[in-house]
Amino acid sequence: MSQVPAELKYAKSHEWVRVLSDGRVEIGITDHAQAALGDLVFVDIPDVGRELAAGEACAVVESVKAASDVYTPIAGRVVESNAELATAPEQVNQDCYGSGWLLRLEPASADELAGLLSAEAYTELLAAQGN
Amino acid sequence: MPFIPHTDSDIESMLATIGAPSVDALFDEIPQSLRVAGLEGIPPGLSEMEIGRLMSERARVDGRPLSFLGAGAYEHHIPSAVWAITTRGEYYSAYTPYQAEASQGTLQLIYEYQTMISSLTGMQVSNASLYDGGSAVAEAALMAVRAHRKSKSLRVIIPTTVNPNYRRVAESTAGNQGLRFETVPCQRTAGVIDFAALQAFAGEDVAALVIQQPNFFGQLEDVDRLTDWAHEAGMLVIAVVNPTSLALLKPPGEWGERGVDICVGEGQPLGVPLSSGGPYFGFMTTRLEYVRSMPGRIVGRTVDLEGRTGYTLTLQAREQHIRRGKATSNICTNQGLLMTAATIYMSLLGPQGLAAVAETSLARTSELVAALSALPGIRVAFEGPRFHEAVLVLDRPVAAVLTELERHGILGGVDLSADYPELGQALLVCATETKTSADITRYASALGHALKAVRAA
Repeated sequence: MSQVPAELKYAKSHEWVRVLSDGRVEIGITDHAQAALGDLVFVDIPDVGRELAAGEACAVVESVKAASDVYTPIAGRVVESNAELATAPEQVNQDCYGSGWLLRLEPASADELAGLLSAEAYTELLAAQGN
Repeated sequence: MPFIPHTDSDIESMLATIGAPSVDALFDEIPQSLRVAGLEGIPPGLSEMEIGRLMSERARVDGRPLSFLGAGAYEHHIPSAVWAITTRGEYYSAYTPYQAEASQGTLQLIYEYQTMISSLTGMQVSNASLYDGGSAVAEAALMAVRAHRKSKSLRVIIPTTVNPNYRRVAESTAGNQGLRFETVPCQRTAGVIDFAALQAFAGEDVAALVIQQPNFFGQLEDVDRLTDWAHEAGMLVIAVVNPTSLALLKPPGEWGERGVDICVGEGQPLGVPLSSGGPYFGFMTTRLEYVRSMPGRIVGRTVDLEGRTGYTLTLQAREQHIRRGKATSNICTNQGLLMTAATIYMSLLGPQGLAAVAETSLARTSELVAALSALPGIRVAFEGPRFHEAVLVLDRPVAAVLTELERHGILGGVDLSADYPELGQALLVCATETKTSADITRYASALGHALKAVRAA
């Protein structure tokens, strides 16, 4: 059973969003996504300063068996990338909601958060997909 | 098990299962306007006996001319062992087999090839080869645009000192994927990139600069200065090199302060016969940081559960069977057999042998240039250092002179007047270690006669 922390927001494409105290948002992939991918060997994260549109492919997570795009659930400018993943991509497998975060954005608009899934809705989505 | 993929009844039952009336119906989504009804001008198939006869007749027409052609394909001595070993049943296949790891010998050979090419070019990582030199340049341009993290520019500078065929292939493949190629003229006394013209691009957003060394004219570019300038301007640097020359010249990994970012070239000089223009193979090496942007397959060395050395395809998440439309390329190991021959060639010659080939070719070309330019009406186009090719300028039509030479059984070089009209009646000549002093004397003497037979322009 996948972990789906109640305090986060989710996207149908299996990313999570956390609103930080300064209004910025942190983005990563869900426990379900990391488990489906298997052991990650490489994470390609965007450079700081890049402007992203909602739904834009912004990172690539590569496991021993697949490589997948990560889509940003909301628009914004990249203010920080998790540089530690360059040498330790396994942190995404070990702690996807913590040290395995991928990037932090300065959101273009706070309104977009309302359109994301709640933990409950994301859990239902997983169940509907047979997980 | 016979290699028969499916019988007529297999096909019928598969079509019935998916509910398609015929195999053709599977291609219904391709509009009629895009379909080729038939191939005009293609004769019906011939039997092995007929094709053997046809080819030997064609070969008789060609004869065995004394060739001074270069321009991207070079006649080098190939030790008999190279193709005797390459054509053994264990190696005699173009592709990496499916379930590649079952063929440890093939993978080990590719790994050895990658090691040799990385070492020769002074770069960290090599792929398992590409189609040929021209397509390697196109792939390198696409890769540079993909790998450049600070620029989204689709512009690549490809000077006129780069082989015109490579420029055409790059334009027709990468040009259709949105890349824009900018050109820089050559400097007329030294036959190298016009640095002043290149500097006009400073401050512009350009993804990469292509530098061919030795360049298409055989001249040596100031690669350190060019590489540093391009890096300073925020561009990646793509080197296009002749592998034989690297036995003598500085490897691209050491050009300038940081070395180049991508290195490609035509692998034919390494044990592949001229064979009327192909098949050849391309090579590509890069820095480790760009390995995920590199096209093609890569073999890695690892250990199995019992600690024994084993070889495996690695970094496959870049490839089409995993990454689909976002793959770095659809290139596989199509030229595996040529790459096999090159690996055996390099193993047999070793670094000293390759250096001897390069030194002898250089010496023969100097001898050739001295002999030909001593004739009245011929001058050497460019000053400055060169490798085993040189441009000569004639005072009468090159094409007519070459035709006259052919009557004496000599292929005198490549006529540059169509691709480089600004150079006048220019002829690109080449001599490798396969040409003796007697051959050179014969060419000079025949050229003397040919010049008399052709009226000055």
